Formats: sequence, C-alpha cells, structure tokens
Amino acid sequence: MRISLLRPVEAVGQAVLSAVAAVGRAGQLGLGAVRALRKGSIWGPHLLPQMAKIGVDSVPIALFIALFTGVVLSLQASYTFTGAIPLYFVGTLVGKTMVLELGPVLTGLALSGRVGANIAAEIGTMRVTEQVDALETLAYDPNAYLVVPRVLAGALMFPMVVLLANGVGVLAGWATSLSLLDMSSQEFLKGLRLFFRSWDVWFSVIKSVSFGITVTSVGCFFGFGTTGGAEGVGRATTRSVVVSSMIILVLDAFWAAVLLK
Amino acid sequence: MSIRLIDVHKAFGEKQVLTGFSLDIEEGQTLSIIGGSGVGKSVALKHVVGLLEPDSGEVWVDGRNVSVLSQEELYELRRDVGYVFQFAALFDSMTVNDNVGMGLKRIPGWTPARISARVEECLHLVDLDGYGDRFPAELSGGQRKRAGLARAIATEPKYLLYDEPTTGLDPVTTAVIDQLIVRMRSELGVTGVVITHDMDSAFRISDRIAMLYDGRIRFEGTPDEVRGTQDRVVRGFIEGRPDLLEVAS
Repeated sequence: MRISLLRPVEAVGQAVLSAVAAVGRAGQLGLGAVRALRKGSIWGPHLLPQMAKIGVDSVPIALFIALFTGVVLSLQASYTFTGAIPLYFVGTLVGKTMVLELGPVLTGLALSGRVGANIAAEIGTMRVTEQVDALETLAYDPNAYLVVPRVLAGALMFPMVVLLANGVGVLAGWATSLSLLDMSSQEFLKGLRLFFRSWDVWFSVIKSVSFGITVTSVGCFFGFGTTGGAEGVGRATTRSVVVSSMIILVLDAFWAAVLLK
Repeated sequence: MSIRLIDVHKAFGEKQVLTGFSLDIEEGQTLSIIGGSGVGKSVALKHVVGLLEPDSGEVWVDGRNVSVLSQEELYELRRDVGYVFQFAALFDSMTVNDNVGMGLKRIPGWTPARISARVEECLHLVDLDGYGDRFPAELSGGQRKRAGLARAIATEPKYLLYDEPTTGLDPVTTAVIDQLIVRMRSELGVTGVVITHDMDSAFRISDRIAMLYDGRIRFEGTPDEVRGTQDRVVRGFIEGRPDLLEVAS
C-alpha cells in the first residue's frame, strides 16, 4: 500500500531529475559549441555545404507555404473587410501579417520538420553507429565538426529563407487581390505602404535568426542524445521536431512581448 | 607500462559494468581481452582513449593520466592511438579515401598530396587497392573492417585498439584480419589491445590474454597459460561450457 502511494511521488521525482539532466546536457552542448567556435579549421569547410543544405534546399517548401498563405490572407481579409473597411486595407493586412507573423513562424515550423528532423536523424545515426566516437578518436571535436556549422548555417540562412517567403507571400496576396478581388495595384500598394515600417522587417529577421538557432541546436541536441538503434533515431527525430516547434511558438510570443511594445 | 588501467569502476545508471578493473599492457605486445557478450569489454577499451571517463580509478597511456587531460591534450594523445571499431564506424557520406585520410588532415603540415600517398599506402596494406573511391555502403563487412583498420593505422599510431575486429566475418576474412593484426605488431611495433570472444583468433594474435568476468580481470596469462588453466570460468568460456560458468558463479 505504502509502495503504491509513493509511486506518483517517485514518478514526479524521476521526471524532475530527467529534466534537470536534460538542461545540464543542453548547457554542456551549448558551452562546447561556443568553445568550438575557435576551431575554424574544422567547421569552416562545412559551413557552405550546410548553408546550401539548410537554406537553399529549404526554399521550395518555404515558398510553397508562403504562396498559399498570401492567397488565403488576401481572400480572408477581403471577406472580413467587405462593406465595413476600405478594401485597400487588404494590402495592409497581408503585408503586416506575412512579415510580422506568418512568414517567420510558418517557415520556422516547416523547417523544424525538414531541417531539425534531418539533423537529429543524421547525428543520431552517427551516434548509434559510433561515427561520433570515431570522430573523437581521430582528434576531431564533434561540436566543431557537427554542431557549429549547422547552427551557424541555421542562424545565417533562416532569415534569408524567411525574407524570401515574406516577399512571395505579399506578392501572392497582391496577385490574388488583382485577379480575384477586383482591386487595383494602386489600392493594394496604398494599403501595403500605409502602416509599413522598416522595423517590421528587422523584427522578422530577428525572429527567424532565433528560430534558425533553435531548430538546428535542438536537432543536434537530440541527435547527440540518441541511444538504442533505429528506434532511438526515430524517437530523437520526433522529439526534435516537437520540442523545436514548441520553442518556436514560445519565442514567437517572447519576441512580440519584448520588441513590439 | 604503456597502457595501464588501475582499479577502474564504471556504472551506467544502476548497472555496475566495471568493478575494479585493472590491467597492464606492455609496450610492443598484443593483449586480447576475452569475455562474454555485454560484460564490459568495449567499455574498458573506450576508457583508454577517453571516450568514457571512469567513475573511479585511473587510466594511464604512455605515461599520461587520461582522466585528467584537457580536451586538447586528449586529442594530442588520440593521435598516438588508433581505434578499430566493431562495425568499422566509417563515415557514410565519405569515400573510403576520405575516411582513411580523416585523421591525417588533423596533422599540421600534411599536404593533400602527402595525405593521398599515405591513404594509398594504407589501403594497400589492408589489401583494398582500388577501393578508395567507393562509399562504405558499397563494401562488404570484411572490406569495411579493413577500411576501418586502414583509417586507424593511417596516422602511424603507437597503439591500436581493436573492438571485435573479426566478429561476424567468415573464416578466411578472419584469418586475413588476424594476419594484419600480427603484422601491425611485428612490422610496425604497434602495441595492441584486442577485444574478442573468438578464441581461435585470440590464440593466434596474442602475446597475452586476459579474461574479463564480473567487472574485473579474472585471469591473465600467455596463450599457453590460458590453455592450461584450471580456472573453471576461463575453461568454461574457452571450451564453450556454460555448466562450468554456472558452477563458478
């Protein structure tokens, strides 16, 4: 009886211990990555290939999402505004929403699946097949070889992809306004310019840098923590996507609270 | 002593794997560590290159206490130690040439031409001439192990650690790998530590054999001493008789 009463307490204790251990491992990985920054001879040659893999290869999916987001935003704005608000506000809503929110967040979430899962699976497989140990025995710091080029590439390329997505989303909204809403280009552009501030673009860039660092470092973290063969790799990949998506949403709220006051 | 493990204890969670593991390996010798699956042979080996840290005890390699070395000192030490992994651990995304040349790229002053020449030489040594442009997925199990061996010897290490180098290989490939291990010692003077549970192989390649049992070394001696021992656990293992192991435990 006493044992069954203690079981929930033990479970909570175990969960707390696991969480503290995970925070410790994350801190260790972060510290190791920062220290590894000075080993440019190891991570340098891998930066450009990672930028291509993380950034350039992600452009099609990001633009696909942005394209349809722009179309839907334009149609929904028109549906909401008709008869109550001048229709040129469609341009305002499409521009503001794409740049401030949907461009960075939807791209971030999509790339947490594409990029984060890829990193976790790749490093996880290397971990369970002892390739990470092999790197160590060949005098390569795995942080410098695997973590630094991926996180730097994420920080540099996510904003590029997000800016492209923002642009395509606005263009899609514009085209939709012209073709389906009987608006003129002048009207759409008038709305787009109305509340436009260059700070909005910087806000988008800051958010996407933080998303890029999050997705890549969470992928690395779960990849390095992989145990247990193929099943373990699958578990690490799933966790990486779930956790980085959650952190993206938390960061989204955080940046809005801190930077849009 | 070139490699020395002193009273090493290591646990993973609740599971005690090494419980006072001590072993000395003389320079220029090949020592095989035998023992059943899952008794901690690979765990012991990983301590030698600092891939694992002991919970207590000391590991000395070439007069250096591995447990207290800084990261840079550890990488320096690892240049003197080649490690042949159980499943080769070749980098999937690289060709055999790139795999073998990985360690050489970390040595200051080595030009691409010199690296390329050394890679060719190592591939020749393990009878993999002409396989340099292939990817690991295009190699058989035995070829992968030989490529792993070529990568380990490329930097001309003083020590070679082999983690089950012949497990899962056919008898002919096993004999080829055994010959390579013997050549490493006789021609290059390399000190070797071999993890194996293949007794034929252990008798062929070893100067000394140590048996790991219950987290510590149960018996250590020359191949002849191992063959002649009356220790029930060792006899049970080398003769494949679980009844002797059960009586002993």
